[in-house]
Amino acid sequence: MIMDVKIRVEDLKASFGKQQVLKGITIDVYQNVVTGFMGPSGSGKSTLISIFNRMIDFENGFKMSGHVRIDGIDIIEKVNGVELRKRIGTVFAVPIPLPRSIYENIAYGPRLNNINDKDELYEIVKESLKKAYLWDEVKDRLTTSALKLSGGQQQRLCLARTLALRPEIIMLDEPCSGLDPISTAKIEEALSELKKDYTIILVSNNTKQIARISDYSAFFYMGELIEYSPTEALFTNPKIKKTEDYISGKFG
Amino acid sequence: MRIKPSIVDKIFRIGFNALAFFTVGILVVIISIIFVKGFSHVNLEFIFASPEDMGRHGGIFPSIMGTILLALLSIVFATPLGLGTAIFLTEYTKESAFTKIIRFGVESLAGIPSIIYGLFGFIFFVIQLGMGWSLLSGVLTMTIMILPTIIRTSEEAIKAVPRNLRIVSYSLGATRWETVTKVVLTAATPGILTGIMLSIGRVVGETAAVIFTMGSSLRLPTSLMDSGRTMAVHFYILAREGISMDKAYATALVLVLSITAINILAYYIMNRVVSRYS
Repeated sequence: MIMDVKIRVEDLKASFGKQQVLKGITIDVYQNVVTGFMGPSGSGKSTLISIFNRMIDFENGFKMSGHVRIDGIDIIEKVNGVELRKRIGTVFAVPIPLPRSIYENIAYGPRLNNINDKDELYEIVKESLKKAYLWDEVKDRLTTSALKLSGGQQQRLCLARTLALRPEIIMLDEPCSGLDPISTAKIEEALSELKKDYTIILVSNNTKQIARISDYSAFFYMGELIEYSPTEALFTNPKIKKTEDYISGKFG
Repeated sequence: MRIKPSIVDKIFRIGFNALAFFTVGILVVIISIIFVKGFSHVNLEFIFASPEDMGRHGGIFPSIMGTILLALLSIVFATPLGLGTAIFLTEYTKESAFTKIIRFGVESLAGIPSIIYGLFGFIFFVIQLGMGWSLLSGVLTMTIMILPTIIRTSEEAIKAVPRNLRIVSYSLGATRWETVTKVVLTAATPGILTGIMLSIGRVVGETAAVIFTMGSSLRLPTSLMDSGRTMAVHFYILAREGISMDKAYATALVLVLSITAINILAYYIMNRVVSRYS
């Protein structure tokens, strides 16, 4: 099977001040699969995804070189970050609901895209919440504050809010790091459904989670891509010692 | 011998309670005195009639209107200016020599006594620009006077909005402007309103700078170029020149009650906003 490349990264180098955080990364992220990025903290995986959506522009003293092409268009040289982020949804490690109602949280993105028709908005909110496996729990209280939801519900709300953008790519930065096993299972269930329609990048320290849900896995260490292959191959037969040590839990 | 911690705890608890009661007590005493001395002279006629014989008789309607107009117009002028400056300083620039100079200027302005603003307003607006003693001179002077308060409180309120909320807004494809108006300002509204309330209090309570710029005409101001007096000025003149202490206290009572009313209204608005966005 030949896979379509969604994001092509070529020799991407990046540094904060004098500290180099990405030392020439080259990787192809394929369309409509879940790609897991794993590695110990400081490996550069979070920096990499914040380059994909250009959230990195909000950091001070950041420099980068190389190429990142999304659908063939280089986003390093010339890019409108706002337009880019409408195509790439992000879910952060900590659930961050906006201080407004559940409904308004989900409708925030669509409203930015000038979708103001009530029925259309309602449909988007409903569809997004269903895909994030949250609809049944909140359908009777869409107008209550999102801050009143539990941590696990808030994180699924954040996923739903991202889905409401109808993005092409969804990036999740350690989305389950603060969640209990049941909430984690719900997020994972949602993700395995979603990969049919979206390109998903899952950043995690949890190698078991990566093994469970990603189709391709990449192992990063100290700003370098150590190994990248289909998940099964990487976990059953790692080619590099460092990868083996990491997935077997010798360090991390 | 050491005193037992539980006894120390008790002593401090009683002590702090006493201090709190003392503070509230002072407030209660002031308001009671004003009530006792002024209440019997406040009636509908006092509120809706014009003063006669320098304020010895009649009411204070022109001063009430003068106070409302001065405070309202100053806020209308100062809020966009101050809020805009605060937004610029917090959201649109990075910390630099330039922002430090602006901030230093704002801090310095905040420390200047109001009489200096009055003197400046008199020299610049009243004399130099030929506006005379007028509502306009008063409004412009008050605008400059309250600007530092509005800028500083708004800036603090905007800074207190968690960075995460901005990150989320940007990550959902919002522009800077959309993020500022939809997320930052709504979350900062209570703080910004507090600054506006403090400013209204300063304008309503100001006397010297108002006399210098708006004058002290007893007539109802009907245009921006008319002179007029606020309740505080009226109260000051009545008491200072021994015209009528009864009317002075009655004026003070109306002033205190209207400030209370404004505060209640502001809290009501604030709660509506907060409950909608939390």
